[in-house]
Amino acid sequence: MKRALSALVLAAAAAGCAQGGRPASSPAPASASQVPAVPAPFPSTYVPFPSRPTLIRGATVMTAAGQVIPNGQLLMADGKIVAVGATVDAPAGVAVIDAAGKFVTPGIIDTHSHLGAYASPGVDANSDGNEITDPVTADVWVEHSVWPQDPGFTRALAGGITSLQILPGSANLIGGRSVVLKNVPSRTVQGMKFPGAPYGLKMACGENPKRVYGARNRAPSTRMGNVAGYRAQWILAQRYRKQWDDWDRQGRPAASQPNRDLEMETLAEVLRGNILVQNHCYRADEMAQMIDVAREFGYRIRSFHHGVEAYKVRDLMARDSISGSLWADWWGFKMEALDGIEANLALVHEAGARAVVHSDDEYGIQRLNQEAAKAVAAGRRIGIQISENDALRWLTANAAWTLGIDDRVGTLEPGKQADVVIWSGNPFSVYSRADKVFIDGALMYDRNDPSRQPVTDFEAGILPRSNP
Amino acid sequence: MSPMKTHAVLAAASLALAAAPLAAQGVVAIEGGTVYTMTGAPIEGGTVLIRDGRIAAVGRDVAVPAGARRVDARGKRVTPGLFESHTRIGLSEVGAVPGTNDYTLADQDEDRIMAAFDVADGLNPASIVIPVTRIAGVTTAVAAPGGSGLVNGKGVVIDLAGDDASDMLVRDPVAMYATLGEGVETAGGGARGGTTMRLRELLEDTRAYARQRSDFERGGTREFAASRLDLQAMIPVIQGRLPLVLEAHRASDLRTALRLADEYGLKLILMGASEGWMVADEIARARVPVVVKVLQNLPSSFERLGSRYDNAALLRRAGVQVAITTGETHNARNVRQEAGNAVAYGLPWDEALRAVTLYPAQIWGVADTHGSLAPGKVADVVVWDGDPLELMTSVEHVFIGGREVPLTSRQTELRDRYRRLDENVRVYTTP
Repeated sequence: MKRALSALVLAAAAAGCAQGGRPASSPAPASASQVPAVPAPFPSTYVPFPSRPTLIRGATVMTAAGQVIPNGQLLMADGKIVAVGATVDAPAGVAVIDAAGKFVTPGIIDTHSHLGAYASPGVDANSDGNEITDPVTADVWVEHSVWPQDPGFTRALAGGITSLQILPGSANLIGGRSVVLKNVPSRTVQGMKFPGAPYGLKMACGENPKRVYGARNRAPSTRMGNVAGYRAQWILAQRYRKQWDDWDRQGRPAASQPNRDLEMETLAEVLRGNILVQNHCYRADEMAQMIDVAREFGYRIRSFHHGVEAYKVRDLMARDSISGSLWADWWGFKMEALDGIEANLALVHEAGARAVVHSDDEYGIQRLNQEAAKAVAAGRRIGIQISENDALRWLTANAAWTLGIDDRVGTLEPGKQADVVIWSGNPFSVYSRADKVFIDGALMYDRNDPSRQPVTDFEAGILPRSNP
Repeated sequence: MSPMKTHAVLAAASLALAAAPLAAQGVVAIEGGTVYTMTGAPIEGGTVLIRDGRIAAVGRDVAVPAGARRVDARGKRVTPGLFESHTRIGLSEVGAVPGTNDYTLADQDEDRIMAAFDVADGLNPASIVIPVTRIAGVTTAVAAPGGSGLVNGKGVVIDLAGDDASDMLVRDPVAMYATLGEGVETAGGGARGGTTMRLRELLEDTRAYARQRSDFERGGTREFAASRLDLQAMIPVIQGRLPLVLEAHRASDLRTALRLADEYGLKLILMGASEGWMVADEIARARVPVVVKVLQNLPSSFERLGSRYDNAALLRRAGVQVAITTGETHNARNVRQEAGNAVAYGLPWDEALRAVTLYPAQIWGVADTHGSLAPGKVADVVVWDGDPLELMTSVEHVFIGGREVPLTSRQTELRDRYRRLDENVRVYTTP
């Protein structure tokens, strides 16, 4: 981002959006709304890597579910967390990892990445993150741009990242579908797709769309043009949704099946609540307006991304259960980023909205834990005390909620997928590093074992690997 | 004599000098902290005595004159102000707002040689970036020119306080800036060999110009590769008086830089050097210092395929003098995070702290006044509530030139303005 720089039928849903408090943890399954007129294409082929039942003991276990257990234990088997506590019952024969002095957390989740879509090396041929040909490209799916051989995935893994959302860029008002991945090596993006994770829709406010299209002497060239652009699309989407929903109610007569439209399919799924809106938006006043656009058309905004002014509308975000996917300290690189402050995350957290530390950066993604630490310190300076558990939730549980996968990952609780990081020390220390990273119980990265450090095709035979 | 003893002796000497009645004017004693002088072992329970903008004494048994302001630093860490080696502080206010950027001529100058461009005239002492940076413990920075030119101009060292650029400037110019590799393909005609060809031409023409200046003025010389102003600006570079900073990343480009420096007797400083670890011994032998960004480990371009987090540690181990930079402007304050990560990837802690204090002062030629806590140095001093390289550590006091700067910035004002969401109170009240 910085370098390349988101009718009557709906009246009930719209009213629902106006309610305060926190919604159900995850969006309704697709079956709750109808019209799967076509089978879900590009299905996930992800299969967890082989694992064996493993007991981690002796570590400080930070569950992100309220507990910090000194000298604790965690048992995982069959890809799931089985038990967490001061001591757990482990069957005979499990692999045992003695992690005395180390820290154990859930895998880190980044809600905002462009890995694979803006891959390394950053040559033009690898620049696939923005379909900058029309301000509305709801028809594109970023997974079709994701190159699984981006070396950035492996670096993120070494930083403890186990799941991540890849988003299209922010040049367009409506940039297309995101995809949620498990951070595993794969020949195909299908092999990385997080099974059952809902899609996201990238929308973008502010400077980027109006600059890109204004420079081409076409709409939008202003912020008011931006808002007109969103509204025009949602009007079309409401009509499209009604056509298909009516057809469904009529028993799907073959003769009168409506025509498919890729843009409208995605937007209708947002209106049905099956795709989560991930809204790039910096300025407070624009966030407030996007909340009103969402109310007008009866969809919900899941997260404001970047939100350098989120602290100014943190009450509105808390009221509408919108998370803030935020940086710890980025500011000043453009006009709408001028009012960034270090206490942003802390203030959003304090107001009761879900704070999330996101990266939008192939380097930042490697140290989200460090970014959280800086934000905790900034909160402390103004008297906001944030517990390690809460700060960890910024990186895990709140991020998982933002992606609609919090029933599966984001905390160390029995039954959750065993995405687990063992850190060399307290994860909020600059000196700590991820020693071991497990995804669905499988050891995917080991800092001390080169044979457990994935190497992408791109790196094979091209990267100097040792000091000659 | 141990470094600590040296300090004690020097301290005694300067106290004797300063025994006049008015000595307490402008005198500050930072007492009881763990003092990291950068030139000796840490002093537990040490005192840093500041007088008239300079450090008067450092040690465990420093007599504090009556009337001195006393700062209780017990349990705290005291360091020299941090020194950021590569920023556009004072030269860039809002990244994407062109009128607020004064660090490059590259888009305007077709010949791509802008040696005469000195950023000093564009420095904005009122930049909001300055308070944001200094309240994070960074007191000194290089403000460097940027751009895609073959030669981008001259940078300066500034202290991050002062009403006028002249109050801030520590060294002007500090170095000439140029680039090798992918960043200047256009300037070089699309090939590395073109870049070096044109650089050599410039260096040789500078020599010729320096010899034939009066002929040149009469129009009695052949045409030169650069304008009069640019040739003039290059003279101290070919004389080895003004360092030439070459940004380069690929191992082979670093070797080219070393070769050029050797051929022309240049005083070279390498910037970036992502693959520096691969040629670390050669860089060490040439006694060329390197300024590195630590948090860089991706093959982000074909000239950085060998990027790795332990570059700084490997260079240091080979004997190279290393300064650490963020390479950023608005977040130059994160230089301590860069240094902390260097430690996580193998650089000894004290070396990492030196890489953001003493070594940059030495590399940029200002170690006589900056980069360490010793009598006679400019009093750029920071008091931390913990390990300065740790993320949750906060700054408690910042002194620049002996004056304490308030820990406020536009960011803290905005923060305080929105501490409560009460519109009426907020917008009609000055915090």
